[in-house]
Amino acid sequence: MSNKKWKGYLRSDGRKGIRNTVAVVYLVECAHHVAREITTSFKDQQVHLIGFPGCYPNQYADKILNAICIHPNVGAVLLVSLGCESFNRNRLMENIERSGRPVHLIGIQKIGGTRKAIDDGKNWVGDAIAQIKNVPQVEMGISDLSIGTVCGGSDATSGISANPAVGRAFDKLVAENAICVFEETGEMIGLENILKTRAKTKELGAELENSVKKAAIYYSKMGHGSFAPGNADGGLTTIEEKSMGAYAKSGDSNLSGLIKPGDIPSKAGLYLMDVVPDGEPMFGFPNISDNAEIVEMIASGCHLILFTTGRGSVVGSAVSPVIKICANPETYERMKDDMDINAGKILNGEATLDEVGDEIVEKVLAVAKGNPSCSESLGHQEFILTYKKFEPIGPACLPM
Amino acid sequence: MEKLILLHPADNVFIVRKTIQANEKISVNGIPIIYVKEIALGHKIASRDINKGEEIIKYGVPIGSATEKIVAGAHIHLHNMKSDYIQTYTLEKEFGHEQ
Repeated sequence: MSNKKWKGYLRSDGRKGIRNTVAVVYLVECAHHVAREITTSFKDQQVHLIGFPGCYPNQYADKILNAICIHPNVGAVLLVSLGCESFNRNRLMENIERSGRPVHLIGIQKIGGTRKAIDDGKNWVGDAIAQIKNVPQVEMGISDLSIGTVCGGSDATSGISANPAVGRAFDKLVAENAICVFEETGEMIGLENILKTRAKTKELGAELENSVKKAAIYYSKMGHGSFAPGNADGGLTTIEEKSMGAYAKSGDSNLSGLIKPGDIPSKAGLYLMDVVPDGEPMFGFPNISDNAEIVEMIASGCHLILFTTGRGSVVGSAVSPVIKICANPETYERMKDDMDINAGKILNGEATLDEVGDEIVEKVLAVAKGNPSCSESLGHQEFILTYKKFEPIGPACLPM
Repeated sequence: MEKLILLHPADNVFIVRKTIQANEKISVNGIPIIYVKEIALGHKIASRDINKGEEIIKYGVPIGSATEKIVAGAHIHLHNMKSDYIQTYTLEKEFGHEQ
């Protein structure tokens, strides 16, 4: 295996980043255009556009955006506000200031409109890029990493090649004291009895089981499961079938905890993220699209995301690099430029799950060291944040 | 390369490992079958006769049940099996315009 130490960006909370990004944040859709104009003039310079479109306050969106603005991969933050929206910009600004990061707030109404706001933003971002070059760089290793996994554009090959290969990679990373996070309780429906036996404590097992039961109720009320028509085209017939495949991403480690979006685990281990809202359905489906899950994992501290796909997703993300693992050898041939790893060769008998698991770990190290993933070099920086509602996790979710 | 794989000894389905072309002849458990339509990579083929209401087993666990009698070698998908949890969404079923 290659050298497992590299230089990371040290943040004031002790966490270390693998990127040093300037986040340009719109605080309402009305400020989106200005924020985008500022961002696009810094193409390929690690300036990423993120934000929340809603005008009304929401505890969830507030928690997620606050968490991402002080994510270890973020070096500086520009907040773009129209001026009359509900987002608590002052508290966000104070939170970022406290973290020691350069931060600046532009009020579009106050500064005198679109053009002046864009000019001010460009000037500030230019200065910020120069300033954050001085962030201290320190030795970093696998035990400093938090890695998330999601699947998107799944087909029936996902559960046979890419997902279990990520499971093998997760086993290796957990063994080296990384934090690994998997998600989508809606894709564990039918597996709650298996899941609970892997919990470190009996009480955590009960929490895991309840989170899947909650997902089954929620999706029943929505009228169908976490299942897109492309999944069926790809040979998946039922949510149970998709679940079995999706679940394979978690590997064989014991579960150290259950978290909700924005909760940041502090100890090494494997964690399940419960992404299904609490209470009666209020804002529609649990996740509007794959990037909503990626955003939640980043809010929970993930430095990079292992994204498995069979049909062929192309998305990346703002803030944290996305590594694409393609399950389907036919898709891989068609969409090579978008794929970091060809797990489809498992299906062709050309590699074992363990070999591809090792390849994924090597890719994690390479990307952590600064090499761009495919989606990064193609300029993908998707970001989506909408309304959701969660109760805090119970004491049994993170056993000591 | 074998076209079909059995993922778990308890399974009653094979998985198509490489797309079966239209009019291709495949041997399923020693029975030669000509597939009229293409069956894509990842799809399921019955490894034995399955009765209506019987569970479909893949990865060694039930993934739903048969909605009609399925003969060995038949393609298994939305037309002959269903979830035992939550119905599957397809474009044809969109917004109540069920086929």
